[in-house]
Amino acid sequence: MNEAVIPKRSVGHRLAGLFQGRPRVQVGALLAGPIGWLVIGYLGSLAVLLIAAFWTVDPLSGEVVRGLSFENFELLYNEPVYRTIIGRTVLIAALVTVTDAVLAFPIAFYMAKVASRRGKAILVVAVLLPLWSSYLVKVYSWRTMLSAGGVINWALEPFGLSGPGFGETAVWLVMSYLWLPYMILPIYAGLERIPNSLISASEDLGASPFTTFRRVILPLSFPAVVAGSIFTFALTLGDYITPRLVSNDQFIGNVIFNNISNNLPFASALALVPIVVMIAYLMVARKLGAFEHI
Amino acid sequence: MRTQHANTARTAWLIVGGLLAAMLLFAGCGSSSDSSSNGEELQKLGKGEGSLSLISWAGYVEPEWTKPFEQKTGCKVNDKTAGTSDEMVQLMRSGQYDGVSASGNASARLVDGGDVAPVNVGLVPNYKTIFADLKNQPYNTFDGVHYGIPHGRGANLLMWNTGDVKPAPKSWSVILDPKEAAKYKGRISAYDDPIYIADAAVYLKAHQPDLGIESPYELNEEQFEAAVNLLKEQRPNVGEYWSEAAKQISAFAGGDSVVGTTWQYQYFELKGDSKPVAASPASQGFLPEEGATGWSDTWMISSSAKHPNCMYMWMNWIVSPQANAEVAEFFGEAPAQEKACEHTANPNFCSEYHAEEPAFWKRVYYWQTPLADCGNGESDCKDYNDWVQAWTSIKG
Repeated sequence: MNEAVIPKRSVGHRLAGLFQGRPRVQVGALLAGPIGWLVIGYLGSLAVLLIAAFWTVDPLSGEVVRGLSFENFELLYNEPVYRTIIGRTVLIAALVTVTDAVLAFPIAFYMAKVASRRGKAILVVAVLLPLWSSYLVKVYSWRTMLSAGGVINWALEPFGLSGPGFGETAVWLVMSYLWLPYMILPIYAGLERIPNSLISASEDLGASPFTTFRRVILPLSFPAVVAGSIFTFALTLGDYITPRLVSNDQFIGNVIFNNISNNLPFASALALVPIVVMIAYLMVARKLGAFEHI
Repeated sequence: MRTQHANTARTAWLIVGGLLAAMLLFAGCGSSSDSSSNGEELQKLGKGEGSLSLISWAGYVEPEWTKPFEQKTGCKVNDKTAGTSDEMVQLMRSGQYDGVSASGNASARLVDGGDVAPVNVGLVPNYKTIFADLKNQPYNTFDGVHYGIPHGRGANLLMWNTGDVKPAPKSWSVILDPKEAAKYKGRISAYDDPIYIADAAVYLKAHQPDLGIESPYELNEEQFEAAVNLLKEQRPNVGEYWSEAAKQISAFAGGDSVVGTTWQYQYFELKGDSKPVAASPASQGFLPEEGATGWSDTWMISSSAKHPNCMYMWMNWIVSPQANAEVAEFFGEAPAQEKACEHTANPNFCSEYHAEEPAFWKRVYYWQTPLADCGNGESDCKDYNDWVQAWTSIKG
């Protein structure tokens, strides 16, 4: 009479059984998604980019010819205009990075070491706030401010001066403004981690504030500065909308954009330039110890 | 510690290397599927799909004539405006749009790339009454197959600020002749696209007849070089190259630019804002004395359109007399639809824009894709790739 009711195991239960006591399967199942995405979506597209750089475009039909050719790289190397453009892009990226580092350090230091708890919270919000508004709105605002009848010229006029107008200086200004938060935040995080006791110890041992800064704070926060510089440098290197809106100068991104519809292989070859520059930059950053605490 | 670190690094590199190799293999054999798949033309119009995504020039898809279309057909219109033909080609190649208002310097590329499908003009009743000189043109009909519905046409304008530029210029020399242009150094506005080289060619055609330029889009080595050099000389005088209409409007409104090449759209926007701008008057046929580059636009349907029925309804709607009149007046171009001339708010609109005068349009050089094969059988013309390269070096 008493039929033993064998509970039917649900799919979930059976699936759970599969993973029980098998840590490798667990980890594998967890990571399959993100790693698959990284490999196919990210490395895969990079690989296609790399390959496409060796293709050419048939001048008659405009079709992409798949084959091995160094034509694109020869053009990049031989045509002086591309060297000018690459040089300009890297130079502006470096200038923006230095500017942001110089501006960001005191702000980050104040946030991390001087401000009260409340002041700190307000400052963090203030630094993050510009990131809430659209990039385009910010660039167009700068465009309005920098224009001939804009507020910068208006403010400088009483002193007999005039603003920079549109051009490389404008690009430098706008980019420095845009990427500043990306520099402040890593430096702030880095400075936060320096124990106050080290600063006190340095003072107790008779070091002047300047020496403390030079011998204690700067070396300890340097990796954070380098980490921030990776953001500002890479973001400037890849941007093409800001140069288009506040200057007539072409940056690497503009030339890629111009070539993408009719000469994809050449655009790919050019797209490798920032990648190579970034790899070199990251290697230097590694040597400087930027990744030691990650 | 150190060896362990090195080991991890080596493993990481091995993984990345292996993956790259796998991807190379994959890319090598798997990427040839995107070649032209020229879709069949639609045979029978079905029910609307409820939605439509378009790429258009600024001012072509406005609420005034889009709302009634949506009400009538139930096709909700999503529009994306593009600033240059290159941008349109790129967007179309993403395969996410149903149709595009392509100019002649995009249409051939779109057809070649298999990005657009033939159009069955039998399903577009309003096609019958489109001006005859817009049909069967090299930029909308390929090997006798129709690839689109003509939308309208116009010339690129010379616009200037009446306060700063005196006397009113009658020729492109005000921005292209190095001596005259120097007067407005840093305040000249030029179009930021390789096709702008044709503007220089139109100027040279009139001013250096010994170069023997016939069409500004079919330039041999010598002619091309002359046009490129003219633009290189212009470069220091250019205040701004524009590719977004909004960018040029703000430059003229803010006083950064005072003279340059433009579209009707910007001119009317600035006029509407009561800015002191002028363009070549009707008495000169709206054109500087050399003539001008211009456009003749065509609505084309994507070969991967998700809403083909809605797209056909749109193509018929935009050349219907009322809608075509509205868009033509809004944008400031000659309508493609003969009957539109009866529906314009300004009764003289069609005569002012020379819509019904084929002779007038002989002085307007519609944008075309420059090809190596320029009809003389020798393939010695500069193709669009050369134009892009040259444009990069002009801007420097």
